[in-house]
Amino acid sequence: MTEEEIKPIVKKYLLEEFLQGADEDELDDSTPLMSGGILDSISTTRLVAFLEEKFGVAFEAHEMGVDFLDSIGSIAELVAEKQAA
Amino acid sequence: MSSSLASLLSDSAARFPARVAVVDPSAGESLTYAELQERASEIASALRELGIGPGDRVGLCTPKSVAAVAAIFGILETGAAYVPVDAAAPAERNRFIFSDCGVAALLAADAGADEGEPRQVAGLHLFDRRGRAAGDGAMAETTQAPDGLAYILYTSGSTGNPKGVMLTHANALSFVDWCSEAFSPDEHDRFSSHAPFHFDLSILDLYVPIKHGARIVLIGEALGKNARLLAPVIADEKISVWYSTPTVLRLLAEFGELESLDLGALRLILFAGEVFPVKHLRALKALLPTPRYWNLYGPTETNVCTAFEIPQEIPADRDSPFPIGPPCSNVETMLLDGELLVRGGPVTSGYWNLPKRTEEAFYRDSGGVRWYRTGDIVKDIGAGVLDYVGRRDRMVKRRGFRVELGEIEAGLYRHPQVVEAAAVAVPDPESGVSIYAFLCCEGGDKAPKTVQMKIFSAKNLLSYMVPDRFVFLEAMPKTSTAKIDYQKLSSLATASQ
Repeated sequence: MTEEEIKPIVKKYLLEEFLQGADEDELDDSTPLMSGGILDSISTTRLVAFLEEKFGVAFEAHEMGVDFLDSIGSIAELVAEKQAA
Repeated sequence: MSSSLASLLSDSAARFPARVAVVDPSAGESLTYAELQERASEIASALRELGIGPGDRVGLCTPKSVAAVAAIFGILETGAAYVPVDAAAPAERNRFIFSDCGVAALLAADAGADEGEPRQVAGLHLFDRRGRAAGDGAMAETTQAPDGLAYILYTSGSTGNPKGVMLTHANALSFVDWCSEAFSPDEHDRFSSHAPFHFDLSILDLYVPIKHGARIVLIGEALGKNARLLAPVIADEKISVWYSTPTVLRLLAEFGELESLDLGALRLILFAGEVFPVKHLRALKALLPTPRYWNLYGPTETNVCTAFEIPQEIPADRDSPFPIGPPCSNVETMLLDGELLVRGGPVTSGYWNLPKRTEEAFYRDSGGVRWYRTGDIVKDIGAGVLDYVGRRDRMVKRRGFRVELGEIEAGLYRHPQVVEAAAVAVPDPESGVSIYAFLCCEGGDKAPKTVQMKIFSAKNLLSYMVPDRFVFLEAMPKTSTAKIDYQKLSSLATASQ
């Protein structure tokens, strides 16, 4: 899958799970998820479990942090990279 | 020292017969002390003719009026206790209350308020309920009314029916005398009477001015809710002592155009009943810098039991609400697992006809002394000054942490566009508890939305306090006493799950 295909799936998940009531346009590819406090450690763990299952990829422990998961853009980039590998 | 609330009026009527005791600006009516005493005595005679006296209860179902004030003093003059209800409340609720405490008579503004043919007395309808009171009273007989019962205020029970808080003349006078000491009122003062008579704030509004020969300025229900109309009344009536919930003061600051009015007579602004968010208090003080401001605290069961004077200057960096203060001189307090317990002169002996609820509401110490459990968690911040933390029942455990919903609200108020904030917790099958933040925001299209508030909360609150859901409302639902209606919000939250 391309990054552009992955993004809307991640966005939909984030809106449904962690941002109920939010409008779609409130969240863009660069909205700070972890550094902004939208995702905390528990929700990050849930997000990673979702990504692994949905896209058939595995995350390393060091990837479960702000450097890789802070925005929809960087999540999509990482997932696409993993799928391609 | 007076021994009954009725003698506050008779004493002042003897000293200041020609001074105005009560004015109703909406109706253009007023009564001098001599006239109020006369009207009260007329009502007392009519009640005595029905055989009503000490040990009886008399219902009162009228909007604010000079006639209603006369009725209260008339009932008290007979030695009976008055039971005020919200005339606008559902008839079923009021019927429950009158039947629960077995009122022997009912004074009402509306001729259809009860069954039977009422008699006209001093501008009100007097219903004789003795026949029914005996029947209704079968249950009520199980309650031994305390000696000198003055009134019963029904407050909403956490579940089901309202419960009647019994207050005696001694309870009320203890509070009134404390007010005399704290606020030095005199016959030149003019007190607002904003709270409805079924709300405990009315005890200060009614009896403190009458004790001192001062004037009561009645603010009717409609006027009280309309800040734009209300503000000029405060100026025109030269009100010197204002007492209401913070919500009303916030609306006055926001919509009252106070800067265009002469409010020079106002020397005291008292507020109680809920937390006053500092941003709104600061805005009000900027518009009205001269009066002294007091935060009064106390559930209906204790009257006011702690009081804190707000400093003249509010530090710019302060965003947490001010303390509720040190305990008043007429009470003793103690903390039990953080909960504030109170005993002393103004504290109720219990609930009408609810011996079990009464027992649960009090803590008995090792010496057998009864302390009223306020259900409020407070923190002693030194020198006996107490910070309000929140309701015991507004504490929730989240991820193992104790979360105080009021603290979440205080954090949300730090957002410049948040006008009102209310947090509620509802059970959640997955996480145990879900926290909903209801917000009223200003800014129209530019008002903050979910993502922005989530990010803001994460910066301003501990992570386990960040609300799960943000719900944006045009207006916060309010109770009949103008407080945020948390029960309504809880059901909104549950419904949206």
